[in-house]
Amino acid sequence: MSDFFSSGWSWYIAAVTIAGLGFCLWLLLASSKTTTMSDDGTTGHVWDEDLREMNNPLPRWWLGLFIITVVFAAIYLTFYPGLGAREGTLKWSQEGQLQAEQAAAQAKVAPLYAKYTAMAAEDLATQPEAMAIGQRLFLNNCAQCHGSDAKGSKGFPNLTDGDWLWGGAFDAIKHSITQGREGNMPPMAAAVGGSEDLRNVAHYVLSLSDSAHDSLRAQLGKPKFAACAACHGSKGEGNTALGAPRLNDKVWLHGWGETAIVTMIQNGKHNVMPAQNQLLTPEQIHVLAGYVWSLSNGKPAVVAAK
Amino acid sequence: MNPSPAPVPVSLYKKRQKIHPREIAGRFQNWRWVFVFLTQAVFYGLPWLQWATEVGSRQAVLFDLEARRFYLLGMVFYPQDFIYLTALLVVCAYALFLFTAVAGRLWCGYACPQTVYTSIFLWVEQKIDGSKIQRERLDKAPWTWDKLWRRVSKHSAWLAIALVTGFTFVGYFTPIRSLAAEVLSASLGPWQTFWIFFYALATWGNAGFLREQVCKYMCPYARFQSAMFDRDTLIIGYDRERGEPRGPRGRGDDLKAKNLGQCIDCGLCVQVCPTGIDIRNGLQYECIGCAACIDACDQVMDKLNYPRGLVRYDTENGIEQHLDRKTEFLRVLRPRVWVYTAVMWLIIAAVGVSLWMRPPLRFDVLRDRGALARWNEDGQLENVYRVQLMNLVERPQTYRIRVESTELPGVSLGTPAEVTVGPIEARWVPVSIHLPADQAPPKDGAHAVRFVVERLARGSDAVHEIAESSTFVVPR
Repeated sequence: MSDFFSSGWSWYIAAVTIAGLGFCLWLLLASSKTTTMSDDGTTGHVWDEDLREMNNPLPRWWLGLFIITVVFAAIYLTFYPGLGAREGTLKWSQEGQLQAEQAAAQAKVAPLYAKYTAMAAEDLATQPEAMAIGQRLFLNNCAQCHGSDAKGSKGFPNLTDGDWLWGGAFDAIKHSITQGREGNMPPMAAAVGGSEDLRNVAHYVLSLSDSAHDSLRAQLGKPKFAACAACHGSKGEGNTALGAPRLNDKVWLHGWGETAIVTMIQNGKHNVMPAQNQLLTPEQIHVLAGYVWSLSNGKPAVVAAK
Repeated sequence: MNPSPAPVPVSLYKKRQKIHPREIAGRFQNWRWVFVFLTQAVFYGLPWLQWATEVGSRQAVLFDLEARRFYLLGMVFYPQDFIYLTALLVVCAYALFLFTAVAGRLWCGYACPQTVYTSIFLWVEQKIDGSKIQRERLDKAPWTWDKLWRRVSKHSAWLAIALVTGFTFVGYFTPIRSLAAEVLSASLGPWQTFWIFFYALATWGNAGFLREQVCKYMCPYARFQSAMFDRDTLIIGYDRERGEPRGPRGRGDDLKAKNLGQCIDCGLCVQVCPTGIDIRNGLQYECIGCAACIDACDQVMDKLNYPRGLVRYDTENGIEQHLDRKTEFLRVLRPRVWVYTAVMWLIIAAVGVSLWMRPPLRFDVLRDRGALARWNEDGQLENVYRVQLMNLVERPQTYRIRVESTELPGVSLGTPAEVTVGPIEARWVPVSIHLPADQAPPKDGAHAVRFVVERLARGSDAVHEIAESSTFVVPR
């Protein structure tokens, strides 16, 4: 066992356990023998002039119960871990039990998911029960970052607005959940130019979505945007293959305005959505993706009462 | 007390002497049978009762451990209602204290399952094996066909009763009607099977074999009853003054001349005792207060034309000081009795009021932790919460959520306000609160808001409102 730095401890604990059992057995058998006491139902000891201890004998079968506990301990230690580092013949472990229980739970819910696994997103969205399952999965696994209402916040994408970093098709959503996503924008200040160039590009970016901007600076920044266009597209339409955000809409995941954009160009951004395939089964991800898909594709089926 | 007792070899254990109580009839035995029938009618019958609700009928009393819903007639309790179970147990404890202080071990003698099932099993034993003497003789007899069939039929009958008891017990935790169907089609689940057999085994063992040993060695109650007894507690007592000196006599003998009391030393009171004690030795911890010895002694007194009550329900003071019933009754009203009664009724009243005022819904508000606040597309400040709505009644209900704040009068709900929740369903509802930017207070940080959930009127359900407080965060 890795908990011990010397196997001597294991032997020590095993020895103490066995000696303890032996002592219990000896004590039980020794005390079951008749001893000499007085004939008036007391032990014969008198303290403080007149205090005596009554002998109130237990039924004999009770002794059997005590002995059974010792036998039980011996049987237990044979089958289960307990004697030092010994594993026990059943090879039982907490981890093993957890895995068995999880497998049993999966098997129990499998039929629940079975009828949904073949469904397309459009059909899933019409199933109130599937949407209720999806919502619970979302609240338990996704809401920590994306918010209980899936509208995200700064740095965490809004999933209800139809604007997708990696594509909003059902399969793309499933892929995002299963494998996770890693968006990486390198620091681009060197490629864009000096600090004035950075501000000009920022205003050009703002102009793409017709946000408030300085049109003169935007004009000056337009040629410099070539460095950005490789990923974000020449008109700032973004690229879902790279996870490069659209710049020509008013969704500002990492903040809006000249300062925020300049900072982004200077520092770049590395944003990660963790993979969920270790936490959720493919069937669960299927239903969950259906729920997420429904959030931005029309009104999801109202999670109605049973 | 012998100051220098003679030493003898003794053991800390002794072989149990099997007790075959003699069969007895009488007033108190009749009372015991009344309680056997009452308690068992409730125990065996209750799970079969159905309760009609708006969404169909269900078992009237069902403790659904798996779903954590506890149905009691028209009410449904949740694990959050644990306090009611605590209150029930406290009331039971005080009732026990009260009855014991006034009239001794009434519970043990008449209503305790150990007594009740032992009575039933003894009745079966008498039907099959015969009287006390016949049973004792049969125990010692060698194995013959007669003994074999008696033993087989006795244990079959016992096991049948035990299995029905086990089945009924499990029927309180899993719907008994479907359980019955599963038993008939032999499709019981492993845990249901285990508990039916476990409880049956416990009934068979306790009522068939352990009997008085449960009271003598296992039950803690016998050991602390002395704390609740006093000299004005009604106990089963032997009138030593009247009975002693005991001894046999012929009809028409002059008691005074022979120096005899009214006890003829027939030993019937010992023979009927289910715990095997002699009540004439005074109050003993083994005495469960079953009053079988009173019935036995009264029969003998009747035959001899002596007045009844040589062994009777009386108080220790009553027997010693020759108190009349009126004085004894007045002594019942002593401080401990008042205190037990007062505390018991106080808790019953509190539980009653609490149940009467129990809201038909519960809700909780949890702020989203991932993002404290955000600006939405309309330039409003937005906070997101999760509201857990629990419909406590067995009808679908519609709730209207609203938000109030004295600090931020401009807050409004950003999500649909009305939610319909099914019968006894719990539902998480994401809720966002909006605050127009121009109404944001100069101070950033957390501001108090109050969520109010209103149960809309529907059928006989009146409007009901409850509120929870939370905070609205204004970012820097």
